[in-house]
Amino acid sequence: MATWMFYILGAITVVATLLAITQRNPVHAVIYLVNSFFALALLFFLLGAPLVAAWEVIIYAGAIMVLFLFIIMMLEIAPGVEADRYGPNWLQWLPILLLAAALGICTLLLTGLDPVGSNGVPHWYASPRDFGYALFKEYALAIEVVSFQLLFAAVGAFYVGRPERKSKSPAGGDR
Amino acid sequence: MHLYRDLRGTLQPFWVTLRNMFRKPVTVQYPEQRQQVAERYRARLILTRDPDGEERCVACHLCSAACPVDCISMQATVAEDGRRYAAWFRINFSRCIFCGLCTEACPTLAIQVTGDFELAGRDPLKLVYEKEDLLVDHCGQEPDYNFYRQAGIAVAAPRGGNPTESAPEDPKSLLP
Amino acid sequence: MTEQLIMLGLILAKLGLIFIVILTLAAYLVLAERKILARMQLRYGPNRVGPFGMLQPLSDLIKLLTKEDFLPAAADKWLFLIAPGLSALTALLTFAVIPFGPPLEIFGRTLPLVVIDLNIGLLYFLGLSSLAVYGMALGGWASNSKYALLGSIRGLSQLISYELSMGLAVVPVVMMARSFSLTEIVMAQAEIPYALLNPPAFLIFLISIVAESKRIPFDMPEAENELVAGFHTEYSGMRFGLFFVGEYINLIILGSMLTVLFLGGWHGPWLPGVVWFSLKVLAVCFFFIWVRASLPRLRYDQLMHFGWKVLLPLALLNALVTGAILLWIGQ
Repeated sequence: MATWMFYILGAITVVATLLAITQRNPVHAVIYLVNSFFALALLFFLLGAPLVAAWEVIIYAGAIMVLFLFIIMMLEIAPGVEADRYGPNWLQWLPILLLAAALGICTLLLTGLDPVGSNGVPHWYASPRDFGYALFKEYALAIEVVSFQLLFAAVGAFYVGRPERKSKSPAGGDR
Repeated sequence: MHLYRDLRGTLQPFWVTLRNMFRKPVTVQYPEQRQQVAERYRARLILTRDPDGEERCVACHLCSAACPVDCISMQATVAEDGRRYAAWFRINFSRCIFCGLCTEACPTLAIQVTGDFELAGRDPLKLVYEKEDLLVDHCGQEPDYNFYRQAGIAVAAPRGGNPTESAPEDPKSLLP
Repeated sequence: MTEQLIMLGLILAKLGLIFIVILTLAAYLVLAERKILARMQLRYGPNRVGPFGMLQPLSDLIKLLTKEDFLPAAADKWLFLIAPGLSALTALLTFAVIPFGPPLEIFGRTLPLVVIDLNIGLLYFLGLSSLAVYGMALGGWASNSKYALLGSIRGLSQLISYELSMGLAVVPVVMMARSFSLTEIVMAQAEIPYALLNPPAFLIFLISIVAESKRIPFDMPEAENELVAGFHTEYSGMRFGLFFVGEYINLIILGSMLTVLFLGGWHGPWLPGVVWFSLKVLAVCFFFIWVRASLPRLRYDQLMHFGWKVLLPLALLNALVTGAILLWIGQ
């Protein structure tokens, strides 16, 4: 059972990601990407890492993609929708089907087939406490290094994106 | 100090709303409970009669001219005794805004407002009131006034027969 | 086999019961809100349909179901169609992890009064609450209307502003209970609720969930006197109804979360656990309605200012202080 769920979720992830990078409309692409993240989170859950699954949803689907969507809507870079009178065609229903499949499996997982107790037990299971110990005791140095790297990236982005001073830039005279 | 002011401004409304929750609502439960409308409330228009029981309206079209939404229309005629009246008189209450300008304009105090505000209905055409719907059997708010007894023409009584009139001058007489 | 069948039957009965209770409660919460709001404004509120207006939700439902389901010509069809369902579904799914009573002894076996006791229940709630914004954002964008789009943008910026402080406000709770499981968090509050132990976290979480519920004073996404109806301007009929019922289910969920995390869950003297839980949730819902009657709406830059510059530092500081105290006690 768990194997089947793994393959279905994997297929959903791959298809949704493919669609996300081929869509013209950025909002649609974001939806597919969220779909892919959601299925990925369920995969993590299935493999015995509930904490990673929750973070996948909270941070990636819940915060970063929301920020993306916010920017897309603010800048209005989505092309206008042409009015078609015939309703959605089958391809347009695909995301709903994907999402419905993912949610159905989610429900099944949560109600009946929690991998912790059932036969399809994964090889290892990381409770939040184990995860925390691993993260902040065993690999504390690596985590700090990575977080510093993120800080550098943030500072670098701030430096690159700073507003230019008009008086000191010789090339900006024609502006 | 701003913090104190802001906290006070945030917490005080809670006390106000909580206090109001236990007070008696001021709502009038309309169909069961009816409010007495004010004495000079302006609602449905009527056409009144004079103390003698005749129609007051002389079909002068002044109300129609005064009406800002043009909801009053009529056709004037003259009776055999010289009394002018409206052959038909029509007020479209689906257009009427109840401003009361027609009653201001009326020289004979024929058209008057009443406090009856329950005009609502499902068919707008039923709101077009004809003369027989408008005409009432009383004098409205001016029980004593009779236009033809002040107008100086011989309709209600021969000339000079009304209380405020003197007898007509005889132009052929040489007396002062 | 029969053992498993009975267990399955009990689980299904529990699910069905929760579903019906939540939907009915949401419908009657609308009525309660209208009545309480009316009394606070010296009115009576709905009192025509049935005795004391008790059948008003039913008549509202019939009205919504029989209205025309309007689809704007230039709307993005499938997003427009699924957005209300997304909004209601995420709200309903959240109730899966909320424990609403102590484990029940029935037919000789214990039945936990929670749909699924996840060991990451708290994170599940946070994840679904952040997914809930998609229904609103996509509905507003797909409507292809200026007001709806503005409502969506405001909703997104609002989510980004308050969600961080909401997540940080529950960190002290997790530290004190030493678990992400909501059942264990409630168990840890048997003596004294966390609202008394850690009032700053309680207040920050309270303000954040008022923002999460998108109600006055943080109802910028739908601000009816600025943006017509915000993100659901173009919705009609039962699709609007789904948004509406999702909002009220969300209200119940947030009340339950506040009860579970800070008000001691089902713990209380004399009365059975489920009754205490319901009473606490209803009290929180009353508080929400009370807030709506009392406070004006903020501007959305004010909310962002408040969220980022006041709530977030306070929540961080609170987490730090709580952690330090816990360490000190532990030694």
